[in-house]
Formats: sequence, structure tokens, C-alpha cells
Amino acid sequence: MNIAVLSGKGGTGKTMVSVNLATVAGPSVYIDCDVEEPNGHLYLRPEDVEREAVDVLVPKSDPDKCDGCMRCVEFCRFNALAYTLDRLTVFTEMCHSCGGCKVICPKDAITEYPRTIGYVESGKSDNVKIHTGIMNIGEVAGIPIINRLLEKIPESGNVFIDCPPGSSCSVMESIKDADFCVLVSEPTVFGAHNLNMVTELVTVFGKPFGVILNKDIEGERNPSEEYCIENNLKILGRIPFDKELGLLSSEAVIAARENPKFRNLFTEIFNNIREAAL
Amino acid sequence: MKQLLILSGKGGTGKTTVAGAIIRLAQVLACADCDVDAPNLHLILNHEGDGERKDYFGLPKAFIDQNACTMCGRCSEMCRFNAVDVGERTAINGFACEGCGLCEAICPENAIEMQAVAAGDLRLFKDEEKGVFSTAQLRMGNGTSGLLVTQVKNQLKNAAAHLGFAVIDGSPGIGCPVIASLSGADMVLVVTEPSMSGFSDMERILDTAKGLRADTAVCVNKADLNPKITEKIKIRCEERNVPYVGEIPYDPIAVKAVNDGLTVADVKCPAGDAVRDIFHNVMEVFDGRRRV
Repeated sequence: MNIAVLSGKGGTGKTMVSVNLATVAGPSVYIDCDVEEPNGHLYLRPEDVEREAVDVLVPKSDPDKCDGCMRCVEFCRFNALAYTLDRLTVFTEMCHSCGGCKVICPKDAITEYPRTIGYVESGKSDNVKIHTGIMNIGEVAGIPIINRLLEKIPESGNVFIDCPPGSSCSVMESIKDADFCVLVSEPTVFGAHNLNMVTELVTVFGKPFGVILNKDIEGERNPSEEYCIENNLKILGRIPFDKELGLLSSEAVIAARENPKFRNLFTEIFNNIREAAL
Repeated sequence: MKQLLILSGKGGTGKTTVAGAIIRLAQVLACADCDVDAPNLHLILNHEGDGERKDYFGLPKAFIDQNACTMCGRCSEMCRFNAVDVGERTAINGFACEGCGLCEAICPENAIEMQAVAAGDLRLFKDEEKGVFSTAQLRMGNGTSGLLVTQVKNQLKNAAAHLGFAVIDGSPGIGCPVIASLSGADMVLVVTEPSMSGFSDMERILDTAKGLRADTAVCVNKADLNPKITEKIKIRCEERNVPYVGEIPYDPIAVKAVNDGLTVADVKCPAGDAVRDIFHNVMEVFDGRRRV
């Protein structure tokens, strides 16, 4: 089963939840799709890491063939091409690699070459396999890295997909192969507002889902819980606000490996997910 | 207009909480929320009404004239985004379509047309007391958040050009919307938290800002939750020659204030006091750099 973990708002505990679930569900696969700020590897500390580059195709122009007609510049909606003085300039970081300029060019002057935008690192930590996507600093879009990561999903077994924050294209890409979505929330009005947004997102994509109430303080108001009750959303479990859990997680230690109390908590949540996903 | 941009790399470290408090403390009359993916600043600024709303048009999307389409499949073959399915009829997947327009250009039947699609809502609030606030929400399933960020900032600049100082709340990450928000920022305040994740993400956002030659300063939120890592962040800032402008303690009163729709500067609490010091320090760095 492929389980995507997302939240809308950042910092609600996606990565902490994902690595702990992957640990109690082991053998399992953990995939970090937050390619801008990947953190799961800090917790899992993978061994035998292998690294592969992720390339995209970008255009270059042969000045001997180019006659300056500028058809490509007019075509490119991403503003990645400019014709200055006597030659074509390519702003590679703006390029979406659609390949259109090459097709359009009447002089056959454009060819494409691979440009590295990031990496996928694969390794192992006990019974968890890890694939981490890392976007290079200064790049704008990590979608091709996410696609490479999703190719690593095995035919069977438990896979945890740690998504980026937000609800835009990179999140949509990350959940496309998910069988079930886990929404991690926090007890703030910000958390509840963004929970509303991701709820809409997973609903549009027809994904079954449930909510984990993280940092829950007993007896105190929880705007995310109120949202779940109002909208009749499935609550998969509660993770109480806990000093020890907070401290372990800040040190990037997997709580379920350290303390049976947390192992039991995450095992129970994982069982609830399995039940809800049936 | 001088711009103070609040960023963090990692999400949930307290960007919006700090931005809201600074806006209140310094009575800032020009502000913007550039976290167009998950905007929250409006929840504590409490502007009345819905403001002026405008559609945001990102890149166009492909539409097929089914009467003209002969199902030749050329568009599907050429599309690098797997956005065209040829089954019983040719269909565009609007979520996958990035709007490049290649299908339109190569269709032998001229059956494809690129059409503008509203991809988000821009809002502009103007209030005599509270000033100008520009914000936006990207509609689900749309990319090009960088372009929307630029429009949020332009909207602010056009409406508040006469105001000297603006505070801009940024988005998490280091990609497209962050890079768009960095353009034109005079000073970037990075809000991080004392965790290994916060530390690692701070390094990546500082590298990103450095690549764009933006001036940065760092503060740590919830600093007392792990004093060891807070110290590590402080040392790292010294090594990087980035001004370290202060620490905010974990403060349950602050959490409650935000849940009540207030900024932490609206209530008397340790977090509010800390933000006051941080703002003071940031402005000192800001002024110092200006003089140089």
C-alpha cells in the first residue's frame, strides 16, 4: 500500500510521522518528496547510500544554423529564450523542458542536452529502504526529481511518501500514486485553515484519506479537530504534545525506535490507517 | 520601498507569527503574504471584508475542439508532460498540462487552442488605520506560484508606493515561490527552530539567498525546546557571517493568541517581548548595511 503523508501547512510533523510509521510498518519503503527541504534522511541515517543525478533536457542553439528568425523566442511561454545581438540566449532555470523550441525551429538549429537539477539518494536503515530527493540550490522546480522518486515505488509492500508542504503542483505530483493519504494537522487556526485546503486537494483527486491530530493538548481547543468533526473527517489518531517526543524529534531520533510507548502509539495509528484504507 | 522578507526553509517554524508581530509592533502599513500555496497572514491581520479581488491568470492550458480532432495522436506523442490521453477521444489532463503550447503548434488539424485559465485569486486590502495588505491564494492544481508571488508584490508596490517600509511573509522551501519573493527584498529574516531539520533547512535557505545576493539575518523560534541545537545554530551563523538577531522562547500564550486571531504583539507575553528585540536588531543590521 502506498501511503502519502501531507499537511498543507509546513512544520505540522509530516516527516516525524512518516519515519515513525515506516519504522513500525517495516519492512517498508520511505520516499522523501520534499525535494526542496528533505529531512527524512536526518532521522533514518541511511547506510550504503547510492546517488544518481536527475537531469532535464534544455536547449542550445547552433549559431551557424540559426538565422535569427526568433520563432522559438515567440513560442516559449516560459520566457526561457531571448535573442540578443547575434545569438540565442537560454535561461536554463526558466526552461520547462517541453522541447517545443527544437520542434518549432525551421533551421534545425536547436539541440538539447541534459542538465542536472538534483539527485536521488537511496539507502537502507534497518528494515526501511530510503529514497531521498534533493534539489540543487538555486533551482526553481523539483517535479522531475519527484517523478524519478516515484519510479522507485515497489510493486508491493508498505510505502510511505513524505510530501512537500503546500497544495500546489509538487504535492499533486507526490500523491498521484498514493492509495491512501494521511493528513497531519496541528492545533492552530493556521493548521486548520491549511488542513481545509489539502482536504479539498485529496478530495478532488479522489484519494481516500484520514487525519492525524498532532501536538494535541488534552483539554485545550484544537481548531483542526473542530474542522474534522464539522466535516465528518476520519481521525486516524492523536499524537499528544509530549516533551520527550519533541526533544527526540528535534534531535532527529526516531521515537518508535527509542521508547515502546511511542512504538505502540505509531503501531496503533498504522493499524488504523490499514483499517481505514480497506 | 524597503522590503523585509520573512523566510524559513522549513515550514512551521513561525514565519507568519513573527511577521504578524513585527507588523503590529512597528505599525507597518504595507504588508504582503507571498505564501500563495498556504496563506495564513490574513488570519491574524483581521482586515474587514473581502478586499478587492482579481483573477490571477497563470499560463494557459490546452483545449481540444473534438469536432476538428482526428485522433491522430501527434499531440500525445509530443507532450513531455503526459498531459494528453488518446482513448475514445483525445483528452487534456489540465493538472498535468504546463501550458507550453507545443500541442497547439503541431496539431495538423488546428484542433487545439491554448486558453487562459484563472489559476488563483489576488486580494488587496486597503484600510486607513491598518494600511495596505496584498495576498493571494493559488487555486488547487496549479503551478506557476512564482508568477503569482511576483503579482502579489507588484500589487503591493502599486498600492503602497508612498509607504517607505514593507513586511513580506514568505513561503517554506527554496524553490520557485521563494526565489520570486527574494527578488527586490532588501533584507531577509530567516526564522528557524532548534531541530536537526530546522538546522539543515536553514543552511539551504541561506545558500539560496546568498546565491541571489540577498542580505540575511537569523532568529530562532522556540529556542528553549532544544538549547543545544539553538547554540549550534548560533555558532553556525557566526561561521557564515550571518547576523544572529535573537531567540524567541516557546510560549503557550503566543499559541493561544494566534488561535484567537491576534498577533503575539497584541498580548503581554515573553514571545512578544522577544520579537520586539529581534525587530530592533534586524533594523539595526538593516540601517548599518544601508550606510555602508
